[in-house]
Amino acid sequence: MSLGLTRREFLQGAGAAGALTLAPGVFLYAKDPEAPVTDAVRWGLLVDTRLCQEDCNACVDACNEEHNLQDLGRPETDAQWIRKLTVRDPLGGRTISLPMMCQHCENPPCVDVCPTGASFRREDGIVLVDKHTCIGCRYCMMACPYKARSFIHENLTEQLPDAPRGKGCVESCTLCVHKVDAGENTTACAEACHKDGHQAILFGDLNDPDSEISKRIREFGATQIRADLGLNTGVRYQNL
Amino acid sequence: MLFMLSVVALIAFTGASAEGLGPFIPKAKGEQCVEPTQVMRERHWEFILHQRDETVHKGIRTTRHSLKNCLECHVQPDEEGRFPRSSEPTHFCTNCHVFAGIRIDCFECHADRPHEAYGAISRHSRLSLNDMFRKRPVR
Repeated sequence: MSLGLTRREFLQGAGAAGALTLAPGVFLYAKDPEAPVTDAVRWGLLVDTRLCQEDCNACVDACNEEHNLQDLGRPETDAQWIRKLTVRDPLGGRTISLPMMCQHCENPPCVDVCPTGASFRREDGIVLVDKHTCIGCRYCMMACPYKARSFIHENLTEQLPDAPRGKGCVESCTLCVHKVDAGENTTACAEACHKDGHQAILFGDLNDPDSEISKRIREFGATQIRADLGLNTGVRYQNL
Repeated sequence: MLFMLSVVALIAFTGASAEGLGPFIPKAKGEQCVEPTQVMRERHWEFILHQRDETVHKGIRTTRHSLKNCLECHVQPDEEGRFPRSSEPTHFCTNCHVFAGIRIDCFECHADRPHEAYGAISRHSRLSLNDMFRKRPVR
């Protein structure tokens, strides 16, 4: 680092060099596989509830397929990384539909309560469970205000190479971290929603003022669910 | 740990497999492993353990010492094109660990076959794979 750069600055520079502009506002951010993730980016999702259809389950299905979350016929305990919710305002009766998943908080309660450090937040804002250190105590499941996590009760088989999962561990939405690290810059749910023509879910970098997600939030505003908890969620909702 | 080391050292030093006394080592793809054979025999778990923390926590996804990369070369299809599962003695990892008397739990969570075994990594192939599993009767 003869130029007086810190390691972090140097790597960020390298990351920027790997960014390729596909179209105005659309970047393919090719992460150097050797470089650790940094807080230069913060990945998040923006959900427009007006575009989300009540009878559509495409995001949930896509998530299940991406990570091979199998339906064991026991809905009480089956793993669920995204849930479709329908909420109704008693005043006037307005009904909206929305996907609910890990909100990738900046101050995640699941991380606060984890006794082993298995629940952690990556530098780029993705909240994950390190299943190597998870002891399955499920404190995080109790702490999460969004009920975003699932516990695996049974032996699993047929896990996919990009989605290791197993008995005795807690798991939740990973924001398709394998796709993000591969530079695909999308999630299975956002892709599926887009393909179905609803375009209710948008993935992007909340730190980049020029990203589509930041522009939309700046222009139209977006809310956090349970903003009163001060968690600064990475998943934001419009038209709640 | 000491026992484990000594067992592995024993395998390594005697080269038992050549005489039919040791584990059967299935043929791998490619010419050369990412490290010399001797180094891998003695220290492969250290490499994987180190890589696992780097990958999970920092998103460093170099393939040189990743479990996925091990499987890419060392788990190869048989004559019928079928990839061995970790529960079978023909699986590279299982074979040696059964011989050494060490139970590994990597494959309780991790895929035990390379990407290739799942067909082309496209949404379509995963869909059909999933459909296949869905049709299995619930125990």
